Amino acid sequence: MPELNETLATAWQLVAGADARLADIVLLSLRVSLTATLIACVVGMPIGALLAVGRFPGRRPLIVLFNGLMGLPPVVVGLLVYLLLSRAGPLGQFGLLFTPAAMVIAQAVLVTPIVAALTRQVIADEWTEYREQLRSLGASRTRAAATLLWDGRFSLSTSALAGFGRAIAEVGAVMIVGGNIDGVTRVMTTTIALETSKGDLPLALALGFILITVVLVINAVAYAVRGWAERHWG
Amino acid sequence: MTARRLLCFAFTAASMLAAAAGYAQERFITVSSTTSTEQSGLFGHLLPIFEKASGIKVRVVALGTGQALDLARRGDADVVFVHDKVAEEKFINEGFGVKRQEVMYNDFVVVGPKADPAKAAGRDILEGLRRIEAAKASFVSRGDKSGTHAAELRYWKAAGVDLDKAKGPWYRDTGSGMGPALNTAASMNAYILADRGTWLSFKNRGDLGIVVEGDQKLFNQYGVILVNPAKHAHVKQADGQKFIDWVVSDAGQKAIADYKIGGEQLFFPNAKR
Repeated sequence: MPELNETLATAWQLVAGADARLADIVLLSLRVSLTATLIACVVGMPIGALLAVGRFPGRRPLIVLFNGLMGLPPVVVGLLVYLLLSRAGPLGQFGLLFTPAAMVIAQAVLVTPIVAALTRQVIADEWTEYREQLRSLGASRTRAAATLLWDGRFSLSTSALAGFGRAIAEVGAVMIVGGNIDGVTRVMTTTIALETSKGDLPLALALGFILITVVLVINAVAYAVRGWAERHWG
Repeated sequence: MTARRLLCFAFTAASMLAAAAGYAQERFITVSSTTSTEQSGLFGHLLPIFEKASGIKVRVVALGTGQALDLARRGDADVVFVHDKVAEEKFINEGFGVKRQEVMYNDFVVVGPKADPAKAAGRDILEGLRRIEAAKASFVSRGDKSGTHAAELRYWKAAGVDLDKAKGPWYRDTGSGMGPALNTAASMNAYILADRGTWLSFKNRGDLGIVVEGDQKLFNQYGVILVNPAKHAHVKQADGQKFIDWVVSDAGQKAIADYKIGGEQLFFPNAKR
Protein backbone atom coordinates (compact mmCIF):
# COMPACT_ATOMS: atom_id res chain seq x y z
CA MET A 1 0.00 0.00 0.00
CA PRO A 2 2.15 2.88 -1.24
CA GLU A 3 -0.80 5.22 -0.59
CA LEU A 4 -0.43 4.86 3.15
CA ASN A 5 2.37 7.37 3.57
CA GLU A 6 0.63 9.85 1.35
CA THR A 7 -2.58 9.29 3.30
CA LEU A 8 -0.96 9.93 6.64
CA ALA A 9 0.78 13.02 5.27
CA THR A 10 -2.51 14.32 3.86
CA ALA A 11 -4.32 13.65 7.12
CA TRP A 12 -1.63 15.48 9.05
CA GLN A 13 -1.70 18.46 6.66
CA LEU A 14 -5.47 18.71 7.01
CA VAL A 15 -5.32 18.69 10.78
CA ALA A 16 -2.19 20.82 11.17
CA GLY A 17 -3.44 23.34 8.60
CA ALA A 18 -6.64 23.73 10.67
CA ASP A 19 -8.55 23.67 7.40
CA ALA A 20 -11.65 25.79 8.05
CA ARG A 21 -13.89 23.87 5.66
CA LEU A 22 -12.83 20.58 7.22
CA ALA A 23 -13.63 21.98 10.66
CA ASP A 24 -17.12 22.96 9.46
CA ILE A 25 -17.68 19.48 8.08
CA VAL A 26 -16.52 17.79 11.28
CA LEU A 27 -18.67 20.10 13.41
CA LEU A 28 -21.73 19.47 11.26
CA SER A 29 -21.16 15.71 11.51
CA LEU A 30 -20.97 15.97 15.29
CA ARG A 31 -23.96 18.28 15.58
CA VAL A 32 -26.18 16.08 13.43
CA SER A 33 -25.16 12.75 14.96
CA LEU A 34 -25.15 13.95 18.58
CA THR A 35 -28.60 15.51 18.18
CA ALA A 36 -29.89 12.34 16.55
CA THR A 37 -28.42 10.23 19.36
CA LEU A 38 -29.96 12.52 21.98
CA ILE A 39 -33.40 12.16 20.38
CA ALA A 40 -32.87 8.40 20.07
CA CYS A 41 -32.02 8.18 23.79
CA VAL A 42 -35.01 10.25 24.91
CA VAL A 43 -37.30 8.06 22.82
CA GLY A 44 -35.50 4.73 22.87
CA MET A 45 -34.48 4.37 26.52
CA PRO A 46 -38.03 4.54 27.97
CA ILE A 47 -39.18 2.13 25.26
CA GLY A 48 -36.35 -0.26 26.13
CA ALA A 49 -37.09 -0.06 29.86
CA LEU A 50 -40.81 -0.68 29.37
CA LEU A 51 -40.06 -3.64 27.13
CA ALA A 52 -37.83 -5.04 29.88
CA VAL A 53 -40.19 -4.72 32.86
CA GLY A 54 -43.59 -4.42 31.23
CA ARG A 55 -46.20 -7.13 30.83
CA PHE A 56 -48.51 -6.44 27.95
CA PRO A 57 -49.73 -8.35 24.92
CA GLY A 58 -47.33 -8.21 22.00
CA ARG A 59 -44.31 -7.57 24.18
CA ARG A 60 -42.25 -10.46 22.81
CA PRO A 61 -42.90 -9.65 19.16
CA LEU A 62 -41.96 -6.03 19.95
CA ILE A 63 -38.66 -7.14 21.51
CA VAL A 64 -37.89 -9.18 18.41
CA LEU A 65 -38.91 -6.24 16.26
CA PHE A 66 -36.56 -3.80 18.00
CA ASN A 67 -33.71 -6.32 17.97
CA GLY A 68 -34.30 -6.83 14.27
CA LEU A 69 -34.49 -3.10 13.55
CA MET A 70 -30.94 -2.73 14.86
CA GLY A 71 -30.03 -4.04 11.43
CA LEU A 72 -32.02 -1.38 9.54
CA PRO A 73 -30.13 -0.58 6.34
CA PRO A 74 -29.28 3.15 6.31
CA VAL A 75 -30.21 3.55 2.64
CA VAL A 76 -33.68 2.21 3.35
CA VAL A 77 -34.14 4.65 6.22
CA GLY A 78 -32.80 7.39 3.97
CA LEU A 79 -35.25 6.49 1.25
CA LEU A 80 -38.22 6.35 3.65
CA VAL A 81 -37.37 9.70 5.23
CA TYR A 82 -36.76 11.13 1.78
CA LEU A 83 -40.22 10.05 0.62
CA LEU A 84 -41.75 11.53 3.81
CA LEU A 85 -39.95 14.88 3.51
CA SER A 86 -40.02 15.22 -0.26
CA ARG A 87 -42.30 18.00 -1.53
CA ALA A 88 -44.53 15.32 -2.97
CA GLY A 89 -44.55 13.49 0.39
CA PRO A 90 -46.79 13.88 3.47
CA LEU A 91 -44.40 16.21 5.33
CA GLY A 92 -43.27 18.04 2.21
CA GLN A 93 -44.72 21.43 3.12
CA PHE A 94 -42.10 21.93 5.83
CA GLY A 95 -39.34 22.08 3.22
CA LEU A 96 -36.96 20.08 5.38
CA LEU A 97 -35.40 17.96 2.66
CA PHE A 98 -31.70 18.67 2.09
CA THR A 99 -31.28 20.34 5.49
CA PRO A 100 -29.36 19.14 8.56
CA ALA A 101 -32.76 18.63 10.23
CA ALA A 102 -33.61 15.96 7.67
CA MET A 103 -30.34 14.24 8.45
CA VAL A 104 -31.08 14.35 12.17
CA ILE A 105 -34.49 12.76 11.58
CA ALA A 106 -33.04 9.97 9.44
CA GLN A 107 -30.28 9.17 11.90
CA ALA A 108 -32.67 9.31 14.86
CA VAL A 109 -34.88 6.74 13.14
CA LEU A 110 -31.84 4.60 12.44
CA VAL A 111 -30.45 4.78 15.97
CA THR A 112 -33.58 4.60 18.14
CA PRO A 113 -34.00 0.81 17.76
CA ILE A 114 -30.35 0.28 18.68
CA VAL A 115 -30.67 2.35 21.85
CA ALA A 116 -34.02 0.73 22.71
CA ALA A 117 -32.81 -2.84 22.19
CA LEU A 118 -29.56 -2.38 24.12
CA THR A 119 -31.39 -0.55 26.91
CA ARG A 120 -33.87 -3.39 27.16
CA GLN A 121 -31.04 -5.87 27.69
CA VAL A 122 -29.39 -3.78 30.41
CA ILE A 123 -32.68 -3.13 32.22
CA ALA A 124 -33.83 -6.75 31.86
CA ASP A 125 -30.68 -7.91 33.70
CA GLU A 126 -31.24 -5.39 36.47
CA TRP A 127 -34.90 -6.34 36.65
CA THR A 128 -34.04 -9.97 37.36
CA GLU A 129 -31.79 -8.80 40.16
CA TYR A 130 -34.00 -6.18 41.83
CA ARG A 131 -37.44 -7.45 40.92
CA GLU A 132 -38.41 -8.74 44.39
CA GLN A 133 -36.98 -5.72 46.12
CA LEU A 134 -38.86 -3.24 43.93
CA ARG A 135 -42.05 -5.23 44.27
CA SER A 136 -41.83 -5.37 48.04
CA LEU A 137 -41.57 -1.57 47.99
CA GLY A 138 -44.83 -1.56 46.06
CA ALA A 139 -43.41 0.10 42.94
CA SER A 140 -45.57 -0.01 39.82
CA ARG A 141 -43.96 -1.31 36.65
CA THR A 142 -43.64 2.17 35.17
CA ARG A 143 -42.08 3.38 38.41
CA ALA A 144 -39.76 0.36 38.40
CA ALA A 145 -38.73 1.08 34.81
CA ALA A 146 -37.87 4.67 35.72
CA THR A 147 -35.93 3.59 38.81
CA LEU A 148 -33.95 1.00 36.90
CA LEU A 149 -33.18 3.48 34.11
CA TRP A 150 -31.71 5.87 36.67
CA ASP A 151 -29.95 3.07 38.47
CA GLY A 152 -28.42 1.74 35.27
CA ARG A 153 -27.42 5.14 33.87
CA PHE A 154 -23.73 4.33 33.75
CA SER A 155 -24.21 1.06 31.90
CA LEU A 156 -26.68 2.76 29.59
CA SER A 157 -24.05 5.21 28.42
CA THR A 158 -22.72 2.32 26.33
CA SER A 159 -26.09 2.03 24.59
CA ALA A 160 -25.92 5.71 23.76
CA LEU A 161 -22.35 5.39 22.47
CA ALA A 162 -23.33 2.43 20.30
CA GLY A 163 -26.12 4.54 18.85
CA PHE A 164 -23.80 7.46 18.29
CA GLY A 165 -21.25 5.19 16.61
CA ARG A 166 -23.88 4.00 14.17
CA ALA A 167 -25.08 7.55 13.46
CA ILE A 168 -21.68 9.13 12.83
CA ALA A 169 -20.50 6.22 10.68
CA GLU A 170 -23.43 5.85 8.31
CA VAL A 171 -23.43 7.40 4.86
CA GLY A 172 -26.44 5.89 3.09
CA ALA A 173 -29.17 7.83 4.87
CA VAL A 174 -27.55 11.27 5.11
CA MET A 175 -26.49 11.10 1.47
CA ILE A 176 -30.11 10.70 0.35
CA VAL A 177 -31.89 13.10 2.69
CA GLY A 178 -29.06 15.62 2.94
CA GLY A 179 -27.97 15.58 -0.70
CA ASN A 180 -24.30 16.16 0.21
CA ILE A 181 -24.66 19.89 -0.54
CA ASP A 182 -21.37 21.75 -0.16
CA GLY A 183 -21.41 23.92 2.95
CA VAL A 184 -24.94 22.93 3.95
CA THR A 185 -25.30 19.18 4.38
CA ARG A 186 -21.85 17.82 3.64
CA VAL A 187 -20.63 15.67 6.55
CA MET A 188 -17.57 13.49 7.09
CA THR A 189 -18.95 10.30 5.58
CA THR A 190 -20.46 11.95 2.50
CA THR A 191 -17.20 13.83 1.94
CA ILE A 192 -15.30 10.55 2.08
CA ALA A 193 -17.72 9.01 -0.42
CA LEU A 194 -17.33 12.05 -2.70
CA GLU A 195 -13.53 12.04 -2.62
CA THR A 196 -13.54 8.29 -3.28
CA SER A 197 -15.67 8.83 -6.36
CA LYS A 198 -13.29 11.55 -7.51
CA GLY A 199 -10.56 8.94 -7.31
CA ASP A 200 -8.66 10.87 -4.63
CA LEU A 201 -8.16 7.81 -2.45
CA PRO A 202 -5.41 9.23 -0.19
CA LEU A 203 -7.59 12.25 0.70
CA ALA A 204 -10.61 9.99 1.25
CA LEU A 205 -8.63 7.74 3.54
CA ALA A 206 -7.10 10.70 5.36
CA LEU A 207 -10.61 11.99 6.09
CA GLY A 208 -11.46 8.48 7.27
CA PHE A 209 -8.61 8.58 9.77
CA ILE A 210 -9.79 11.93 11.06
CA LEU A 211 -13.33 10.58 11.46
CA ILE A 212 -12.10 7.55 13.39
CA THR A 213 -9.96 9.79 15.59
CA VAL A 214 -12.91 12.07 16.36
CA VAL A 215 -15.03 9.05 17.31
CA LEU A 216 -12.25 7.67 19.51
CA VAL A 217 -11.83 10.99 21.30
CA ILE A 218 -15.57 11.17 22.00
CA ASN A 219 -15.54 7.64 23.37
CA ALA A 220 -12.50 8.39 25.53
CA VAL A 221 -14.18 11.49 26.92
CA ALA A 222 -17.37 9.52 27.60
CA TYR A 223 -15.37 6.81 29.34
CA ALA A 224 -13.52 9.31 31.50
CA VAL A 225 -16.71 11.16 32.41
CA ARG A 226 -18.39 7.90 33.31
CA GLY A 227 -15.53 6.83 35.55
CA TRP A 228 -15.44 10.21 37.27
CA ALA A 229 -19.22 10.29 37.71
CA GLU A 230 -19.27 6.75 39.09
CA ARG A 231 -16.71 7.68 41.71
CA HIS A 232 -18.59 10.78 42.76
CA TRP A 233 -22.21 9.74 42.49
CA GLY A 234 -22.04 6.02 41.88
CA MET B 1 -46.24 7.80 24.25
CA THR B 2 -47.81 6.70 21.02
CA ALA B 3 -45.74 6.28 17.89
CA ARG B 4 -47.41 9.37 16.46
CA ARG B 5 -46.42 11.51 19.40
CA LEU B 6 -42.89 10.18 19.23
CA LEU B 7 -42.69 11.11 15.59
CA CYS B 8 -44.07 14.57 16.33
CA PHE B 9 -41.54 15.04 19.09
CA ALA B 10 -38.60 13.98 16.95
CA PHE B 11 -39.89 16.17 14.17
CA THR B 12 -40.32 19.27 16.32
CA ALA B 13 -36.89 18.84 17.86
CA ALA B 14 -35.27 18.51 14.47
CA SER B 15 -37.19 21.50 13.09
CA MET B 16 -36.05 23.64 16.00
CA LEU B 17 -32.50 22.60 15.33
CA ALA B 18 -32.80 23.66 11.73
CA ALA B 19 -34.42 26.96 12.66
CA ALA B 20 -31.79 27.65 15.30
CA ALA B 21 -29.09 27.09 12.75
CA GLY B 22 -30.60 29.84 10.63
CA TYR B 23 -30.84 27.79 7.48
CA ALA B 24 -34.43 28.78 6.92
CA GLN B 25 -33.61 32.45 6.46
CA GLU B 26 -30.92 32.21 3.80
CA ARG B 27 -31.95 33.11 0.25
CA PHE B 28 -31.19 30.09 -1.88
CA ILE B 29 -32.36 27.89 -4.71
CA THR B 30 -31.89 24.14 -5.08
CA VAL B 31 -30.45 22.89 -8.34
CA SER B 32 -30.49 19.20 -9.17
CA SER B 33 -27.62 18.47 -11.48
CA THR B 34 -25.22 15.82 -12.58
CA THR B 35 -22.06 14.48 -11.05
CA SER B 36 -20.12 15.66 -14.11
CA THR B 37 -20.78 19.35 -13.40
CA GLU B 38 -20.18 19.00 -9.66
CA GLN B 39 -17.21 16.64 -9.61
CA SER B 40 -15.38 18.34 -12.46
CA GLY B 41 -15.33 21.42 -10.23
CA LEU B 42 -17.37 23.57 -12.65
CA PHE B 43 -19.95 24.53 -10.02
CA GLY B 44 -17.22 25.28 -7.52
CA HIS B 45 -15.96 27.86 -10.01
CA LEU B 46 -19.28 29.12 -11.38
CA LEU B 47 -21.56 29.42 -8.36
CA PRO B 48 -19.49 31.84 -6.26
CA ILE B 49 -19.50 34.24 -9.23
CA PHE B 50 -23.30 34.00 -9.52
CA GLU B 51 -23.77 34.24 -5.76
CA LYS B 52 -21.71 37.40 -5.67
CA ALA B 53 -23.63 38.94 -8.55
CA SER B 54 -27.11 38.03 -7.30
CA GLY B 55 -26.98 37.39 -3.56
CA ILE B 56 -28.69 34.05 -4.18
CA LYS B 57 -27.03 30.92 -2.84
CA VAL B 58 -27.21 27.86 -5.03
CA ARG B 59 -27.47 24.46 -3.37
CA VAL B 60 -26.49 21.70 -5.73
CA VAL B 61 -27.61 18.11 -5.37
CA ALA B 62 -25.45 16.10 -7.75
CA LEU B 63 -26.94 12.88 -9.15
CA GLY B 64 -27.21 11.08 -12.47
CA THR B 65 -29.39 12.87 -15.04
CA GLY B 66 -32.25 10.38 -14.63
CA GLN B 67 -32.28 10.76 -10.86
CA ALA B 68 -31.83 14.53 -11.07
CA LEU B 69 -34.97 14.78 -13.24
CA ASP B 70 -36.90 12.45 -10.92
CA LEU B 71 -35.95 14.62 -7.95
CA ALA B 72 -37.37 17.64 -9.78
CA ARG B 73 -40.52 15.71 -10.72
CA ARG B 74 -41.19 15.28 -7.01
CA GLY B 75 -40.71 19.02 -6.54
CA ASP B 76 -37.46 18.79 -4.60
CA ALA B 77 -35.52 21.17 -6.84
CA ASP B 78 -36.15 24.58 -8.40
CA VAL B 79 -33.91 24.16 -11.42
CA VAL B 80 -32.46 21.15 -13.25
CA PHE B 81 -29.11 21.38 -15.04
CA VAL B 82 -28.50 18.11 -16.89
CA HIS B 83 -27.35 16.49 -20.13
CA ASP B 84 -29.79 14.14 -21.79
CA LYS B 85 -31.85 15.95 -24.41
CA VAL B 86 -34.33 13.09 -24.90
CA ALA B 87 -35.04 12.78 -21.17
CA GLU B 88 -35.17 16.57 -20.78
CA GLU B 89 -37.77 16.93 -23.53
CA LYS B 90 -39.82 14.16 -21.97
CA PHE B 91 -39.64 16.06 -18.67
CA ILE B 92 -40.96 19.21 -20.40
CA ASN B 93 -43.69 17.32 -22.26
CA GLU B 94 -44.94 15.82 -19.01
CA GLY B 95 -45.40 19.37 -17.80
CA PHE B 96 -42.74 19.28 -15.08
CA GLY B 97 -40.47 21.83 -16.72
CA VAL B 98 -41.20 25.27 -18.13
CA LYS B 99 -38.67 25.53 -20.93
CA ARG B 100 -35.36 23.93 -21.86
CA GLN B 101 -32.47 26.21 -22.67
CA GLU B 102 -29.15 25.00 -24.00
CA VAL B 103 -26.19 26.18 -21.97
CA MET B 104 -22.98 24.51 -22.98
CA TYR B 105 -21.47 21.29 -24.20
CA ASN B 106 -18.55 19.15 -23.27
CA ASP B 107 -17.55 15.87 -24.80
CA PHE B 108 -17.35 12.22 -23.95
CA VAL B 109 -14.18 10.22 -24.31
CA VAL B 110 -13.57 6.51 -24.29
CA VAL B 111 -11.01 5.76 -21.63
CA GLY B 112 -9.22 2.44 -21.64
CA PRO B 113 -5.99 0.55 -21.01
CA LYS B 114 -2.99 2.36 -22.50
CA ALA B 115 -1.94 -0.90 -24.18
CA ASP B 116 -5.30 -0.83 -26.01
CA PRO B 117 -5.83 -4.60 -26.39
CA ALA B 118 -8.94 -4.09 -28.53
CA LYS B 119 -7.15 -1.67 -30.90
CA ALA B 120 -10.01 0.76 -30.40
CA ALA B 121 -7.92 3.95 -30.55
CA GLY B 122 -8.94 6.66 -32.97
CA ARG B 123 -11.57 9.30 -33.58
CA ASP B 124 -14.49 7.08 -34.55
CA ILE B 125 -16.60 6.21 -31.50
CA LEU B 126 -18.76 3.64 -33.32
CA GLU B 127 -15.79 1.79 -34.81
CA GLY B 128 -14.06 1.88 -31.42
CA LEU B 129 -17.04 0.29 -29.69
CA ARG B 130 -17.35 -2.37 -32.39
CA ARG B 131 -13.73 -3.34 -31.84
CA ILE B 132 -14.15 -3.49 -28.07
CA GLU B 133 -17.13 -5.79 -28.54
CA ALA B 134 -15.35 -7.92 -31.13
CA ALA B 135 -12.36 -8.38 -28.82
CA LYS B 136 -14.68 -8.94 -25.82
CA ALA B 137 -12.40 -6.54 -24.00
CA SER B 138 -13.62 -5.58 -20.52
CA PHE B 139 -16.00 -2.64 -20.62
CA VAL B 140 -17.49 -0.88 -17.59
CA SER B 141 -20.94 0.64 -17.97
CA ARG B 142 -22.50 3.17 -15.61
CA GLY B 143 -25.82 1.34 -15.79
CA ASP B 144 -27.52 4.00 -13.65
CA LYS B 145 -29.86 5.77 -16.11
CA SER B 146 -27.57 8.79 -16.09
CA GLY B 147 -27.05 10.97 -19.15
CA THR B 148 -23.72 9.27 -19.79
CA HIS B 149 -25.35 5.85 -19.55
CA ALA B 150 -28.09 6.92 -21.99
CA ALA B 151 -25.42 8.19 -24.40
CA GLU B 152 -23.45 4.96 -24.12
CA LEU B 153 -26.53 2.91 -24.99
CA ARG B 154 -27.21 5.16 -28.00
CA TYR B 155 -23.64 4.68 -29.28
CA TRP B 156 -23.86 0.90 -28.97
CA LYS B 157 -27.11 0.95 -30.90
CA ALA B 158 -25.69 3.22 -33.60
CA ALA B 159 -22.64 0.95 -33.83
CA GLY B 160 -24.97 -1.91 -34.63
CA VAL B 161 -24.13 -3.85 -31.48
CA ASP B 162 -27.13 -5.52 -29.88
CA LEU B 163 -26.13 -5.39 -26.23
CA ASP B 164 -28.83 -7.83 -25.13
CA LYS B 165 -27.17 -10.48 -27.26
CA ALA B 166 -23.56 -9.34 -26.99
CA LYS B 167 -23.55 -8.87 -23.22
CA GLY B 168 -21.23 -11.25 -21.45
CA PRO B 169 -18.69 -11.26 -18.66
CA TRP B 170 -16.77 -8.60 -20.62
CA TYR B 171 -19.58 -6.05 -20.12
CA ARG B 172 -19.83 -4.89 -16.50
CA ASP B 173 -23.00 -3.09 -15.56
CA THR B 174 -21.94 -1.33 -12.35
CA GLY B 175 -24.98 0.80 -11.51
CA SER B 176 -22.79 3.56 -10.13
CA GLY B 177 -21.82 7.18 -10.65
CA MET B 178 -19.05 8.37 -12.98
CA GLY B 179 -16.33 8.38 -10.32
CA PRO B 180 -17.08 4.96 -8.80
CA ALA B 181 -17.39 3.51 -12.33
CA LEU B 182 -13.97 4.98 -13.19
CA ASN B 183 -12.54 3.46 -10.02
CA THR B 184 -13.92 0.09 -11.14
CA ALA B 185 -12.52 0.52 -14.65
CA ALA B 186 -9.12 1.49 -13.27
CA SER B 187 -8.92 -1.58 -11.08
CA MET B 188 -10.15 -3.91 -13.87
CA ASN B 189 -8.10 -2.18 -16.56
CA ALA B 190 -11.29 -1.89 -18.60
CA TYR B 191 -12.69 0.47 -21.24
CA ILE B 192 -15.33 2.99 -20.19
CA LEU B 193 -17.23 5.93 -21.61
CA ALA B 194 -16.63 9.03 -19.48
CA ASP B 195 -17.21 12.75 -19.71
CA ARG B 196 -13.98 14.62 -20.19
CA GLY B 197 -14.45 16.84 -17.14
CA THR B 198 -14.74 14.01 -14.66
CA TRP B 199 -11.87 12.17 -16.31
CA LEU B 200 -9.59 15.22 -16.13
CA SER B 201 -10.29 15.77 -12.46
CA PHE B 202 -10.13 12.04 -11.66
CA LYS B 203 -7.01 11.02 -9.79
CA ASN B 204 -7.03 7.23 -9.43
CA ARG B 205 -6.32 6.56 -13.10
CA GLY B 206 -4.26 3.39 -12.80
CA ASP B 207 -3.07 2.38 -16.26
CA LEU B 208 -5.92 4.08 -18.13
CA GLY B 209 -5.73 6.79 -20.75
CA ILE B 210 -7.94 8.36 -23.41
CA VAL B 211 -8.50 5.96 -26.31
CA VAL B 212 -11.20 7.57 -28.44
CA GLU B 213 -11.85 11.33 -28.62
CA GLY B 214 -12.79 14.10 -31.00
CA ASP B 215 -15.74 12.46 -32.78
CA GLN B 216 -18.55 14.97 -33.47
CA LYS B 217 -20.97 12.37 -32.10
CA LEU B 218 -19.28 12.57 -28.72
CA PHE B 219 -20.48 16.10 -28.06
CA ASN B 220 -22.67 16.24 -25.02
CA GLN B 221 -25.18 19.07 -24.72
CA TYR B 222 -26.23 20.47 -21.34
CA GLY B 223 -29.60 22.06 -20.81
CA VAL B 224 -31.13 24.05 -17.96
CA ILE B 225 -34.82 23.94 -17.05
CA LEU B 226 -36.96 25.76 -14.49
CA VAL B 227 -39.24 23.35 -12.65
CA ASN B 228 -42.85 24.22 -13.47
CA PRO B 229 -44.43 26.27 -10.64
CA ALA B 230 -47.83 25.14 -11.96
CA LYS B 231 -46.92 21.60 -10.83
CA HIS B 232 -45.13 22.57 -7.64
CA ALA B 233 -46.30 25.86 -6.17
CA HIS B 234 -43.31 26.26 -3.84
CA VAL B 235 -40.78 26.43 -6.69
CA LYS B 236 -38.71 29.59 -6.35
CA GLN B 237 -39.65 30.85 -9.76
CA ALA B 238 -38.10 34.32 -9.67
CA ASP B 239 -34.75 33.30 -8.20
CA GLY B 240 -34.58 30.13 -10.28
CA GLN B 241 -35.20 32.13 -13.42
CA LYS B 242 -32.50 34.60 -12.36
CA PHE B 243 -30.01 31.75 -12.21
CA ILE B 244 -31.06 30.46 -15.64
CA ASP B 245 -30.90 33.96 -17.15
CA TRP B 246 -27.44 34.39 -15.70
CA VAL B 247 -25.92 31.12 -16.99
CA VAL B 248 -27.07 31.90 -20.53
CA SER B 249 -26.00 35.57 -20.26
CA ASP B 250 -22.63 36.85 -21.51
CA ALA B 251 -21.29 36.92 -17.97
CA GLY B 252 -22.39 33.35 -17.25
CA GLN B 253 -21.16 32.01 -20.56
CA LYS B 254 -17.79 33.68 -20.09
CA ALA B 255 -17.49 32.18 -16.60
CA ILE B 256 -18.14 28.71 -18.06
CA ALA B 257 -15.51 29.20 -20.78
CA ASP B 258 -13.01 30.44 -18.21
CA TYR B 259 -13.07 27.20 -16.23
CA LYS B 260 -9.99 25.12 -16.95
CA ILE B 261 -8.17 22.17 -15.44
CA GLY B 262 -4.47 22.03 -16.24
CA GLY B 263 -4.97 24.70 -18.93
CA GLU B 264 -7.66 22.65 -20.66
CA GLN B 265 -11.13 24.10 -21.15
CA LEU B 266 -13.82 21.62 -20.05
CA PHE B 267 -17.14 23.14 -21.05
CA PHE B 268 -17.94 25.12 -24.18
CA PRO B 269 -20.74 27.68 -23.78
CA ASN B 270 -23.27 27.66 -26.64
CA ALA B 271 -26.47 29.23 -25.29
CA LYS B 272 -28.80 30.55 -27.97
CA ARG B 273 -30.41 33.88 -27.26
